[in-house]
Amino acid sequence: MRGAAPILLPVALLAIVPVLTASNAVLNFLVAALLMALVGQGWNLLGGYGGQYSFGHAAFFGTGAYATAILQVRYGVNAWLAFVAGTLAAALLGTIIGALCFRSGLKGSYFALITLAFAEVLRIVASVAPITGAGVGLLIRLDLRPEAFQFQSRAPFYWIVLALLAVSLAAVRMIESSRFGAWLIAVRENEDAASALGVDVMRIKIAAMTVSAAITGAGGCFYAQYFLFIDAGIAYGPWISVEALVAPIIGGIGTVLGPLYGALAVKTLGELTKLLAGDAPGLDLVVYGSLLIAVVAFAPRGIAGTLLDWRERLRGRRAIAATGERSHG
Amino acid sequence: MLSPDILFAAVLNGLLMGALYALVALGLTLIYGVLHIINFAHGALLAAAMFAAFFAHRLLGLDPYVAAVILTPAFFALGYALQRFLIGPAAHGEDRNYLLITLGLAVVIENALLFAFRADTRTIDLPYAFQVIEVGPALLAVPRVVALAVTMAVAFGLWLFMRWSDTGKAIRAVAREKLGAELSGIEVAHIYAITFGIGTACLAIAACLLIPTYYVNPRAGDAFVLIAFTIVVLGGMGSVTGALVGGLVVGVVESLCGLMLGESLGQVGIFAVFILTLLMRPTGLFGARA
Amino acid sequence: MAEPLLRIEQVCKRFGGLLAVDHASLAVETGRITALIGPNGAGKTTLFAMIAGFSRPSEGRIFYAGADITGSAPHLLARRGIARTFQIAQPFAGLSVEDNIAIGSYLSHRSRTDARAAAGRIAREVGLGDQLKRRAADLTLSALKRLELARALAIEPRLILLDEVLAGLNPTEIERMIGVIRMIRERGVAILIIEHLMQAIMGLSDNIVVLSSGQKIAEGAPIAVAHDPAVIEAYLGDPALAEKLHGGAAP
Repeated sequence: MRGAAPILLPVALLAIVPVLTASNAVLNFLVAALLMALVGQGWNLLGGYGGQYSFGHAAFFGTGAYATAILQVRYGVNAWLAFVAGTLAAALLGTIIGALCFRSGLKGSYFALITLAFAEVLRIVASVAPITGAGVGLLIRLDLRPEAFQFQSRAPFYWIVLALLAVSLAAVRMIESSRFGAWLIAVRENEDAASALGVDVMRIKIAAMTVSAAITGAGGCFYAQYFLFIDAGIAYGPWISVEALVAPIIGGIGTVLGPLYGALAVKTLGELTKLLAGDAPGLDLVVYGSLLIAVVAFAPRGIAGTLLDWRERLRGRRAIAATGERSHG
Repeated sequence: MLSPDILFAAVLNGLLMGALYALVALGLTLIYGVLHIINFAHGALLAAAMFAAFFAHRLLGLDPYVAAVILTPAFFALGYALQRFLIGPAAHGEDRNYLLITLGLAVVIENALLFAFRADTRTIDLPYAFQVIEVGPALLAVPRVVALAVTMAVAFGLWLFMRWSDTGKAIRAVAREKLGAELSGIEVAHIYAITFGIGTACLAIAACLLIPTYYVNPRAGDAFVLIAFTIVVLGGMGSVTGALVGGLVVGVVESLCGLMLGESLGQVGIFAVFILTLLMRPTGLFGARA
Repeated sequence: MAEPLLRIEQVCKRFGGLLAVDHASLAVETGRITALIGPNGAGKTTLFAMIAGFSRPSEGRIFYAGADITGSAPHLLARRGIARTFQIAQPFAGLSVEDNIAIGSYLSHRSRTDARAAAGRIAREVGLGDQLKRRAADLTLSALKRLELARALAIEPRLILLDEVLAGLNPTEIERMIGVIRMIRERGVAILIIEHLMQAIMGLSDNIVVLSSGQKIAEGAPIAVAHDPAVIEAYLGDPALAEKLHGGAAP
């Protein structure tokens, strides 16, 4: 994707939504979708571009959420500062887990397993530790002032999560066309060949994990601020690890806009299903899981990837028509 | 400090629980050893089997040990079908895809159970559920002792099957050298499906053994699957002996950790072992390949 | 004479009970082509793996540009100027030819534009200039082999390890590849090449080292090596090869 236009367009379109409607239902839906896209973008950097599939991204989401909440609730830190601190805390965790895993040479299924384990450990610890509120969870005190990162209406929250997403889109876009990004993709494609060409594979992976954790962690911080309540199951639960990977895979793994497309598609389908079958817990995840399998089986490049394919094919056909012959190698 | 009697009882109970863990891990390690995939759907399938056993009792009045006779072949067929017609074809042979598909399957199964049956915890009441056997200072629940015996029988039966039957030999051939096996005329897709079926059949047996003393809810499988993973990683991917020994070890570790740190943190002990093993010796104590 | 660029001293590699490389020593000079030949399983690729940092010698030392590089990590060696190709081509399948080569160019060009420009120049040198945007997965074998070479060149190496770059190519393609290899030598790059094609090796190499069962059994100018009784005996297990060895050495 060349230039900033492909990013600016959807962001601009999304930005005017609160101007067009004051419906809480619509805004709630979109906030959830944008949050999923943000969380998914974090996963996308590590999984899509780096090829390392984490099944425990909840670890970063939850750490961001808890850090933000704990700093405000227990230490009275300003909400905005707490937000930044939470993101940094998640990033730090990313570096630590990344260093541990990649120094041990863990890849593929083993990496997926161990990230799952880390997330679970955090969940269990958070469900019993006093600082995280144990089984009861943490409640951020209602304080509807902008200084406290709380707002009377949904719209400011909406624009904030949109801004966060836009930043993550820009960041990934920049990485994609940078040396770091090229090396990251090389690592994904073939680690040995990459290191034979001077790529410091381990450093690249750890760096990718750090940024990935920061992006997903920011999503966690936002969640805490928006809903004002978290507990171990919400912060570190498997649901968020699943959402983190479903959005980019369905939307187009390894593409900048993939997580956004995926989140919108998946959430929309989730809502439709709820309308048809009722609002019982578990249904949305059934839809996500089924979509995941379907996409992997039939359209592995996801929405964005398939669109790109069609565009290539159209171009290819026009080229053949123009020259009347196929090019050889 | 804790008295030797309490420790003894904890260790013994840990062994009994460990036998069940081993049975669950057995299926997992078999699937990994032959298909070389980590079946992330293992826990969800266990939960499904437990619900099946539960409803067999609730609706048909079947004792779980009797239900096992029906559920085992049923779940074998389910596992066979899943691998043959869904997982295998959808993965297009790529490792990454297997990861995602089995994860997707886990999400679908678990949440379908959640949607259908809610998150309430259910249990069955059986007359023999609370009978105990005395071994020294320890009181051992009868169902758990039965579980140990059945697990040993299943492990032995599997060993015989793998050693002496034609299918078992074919499975071992495919595990060792897929291309060679294919060239000798073995239909690999069929063998993969059979192996997966055996794995799910083990889950059905484990579910029936668990139900008298355990609770049923959609997330119950999760608790077991990570433990099963720990065992497989500890005992070595693909090693049946490793799964058995690992199961017993983990059962004891959990029991002792639970004793000293409290119920919920007992699990943390297991995860700590899991993470440390992965970080330091991914090939496990008995296994050959990472 | 100047210190050789690469010096391998009594290097061994053990895999369990098997001694794959047995006290091998050799030297490679700047701007010269040294061939590493020998029957299959002689330990040639294992030796490459040790030089490039993918495998740690069980015994012995490796010196490059005067420094001891034994056991260094592959990416560090690449940054110091040691490049290698892989026996079975390992392209970045999903990337274009241009982006494949650019990965190496990034070592000395930070921006994507510059790296791609450098990649384009190298691609044209090996004859891939018209396929820059083509996906590596769609290349013919000959093109893949040239891509392997191009990628190695992209890191601007002083020493290049070529592992059977001619295998599977037809005579025209072999000619072309030999031309490229000669061009690399003209630039002053030292080349260590593993090859089974005797005619090619005889004409191309300045120096030949023969490995058999992990041990060096002969070394010297092509003609001398071809007539070395130890070498002929090593190849007796493969009479066709011995035939070619002799045939290729004819003036």
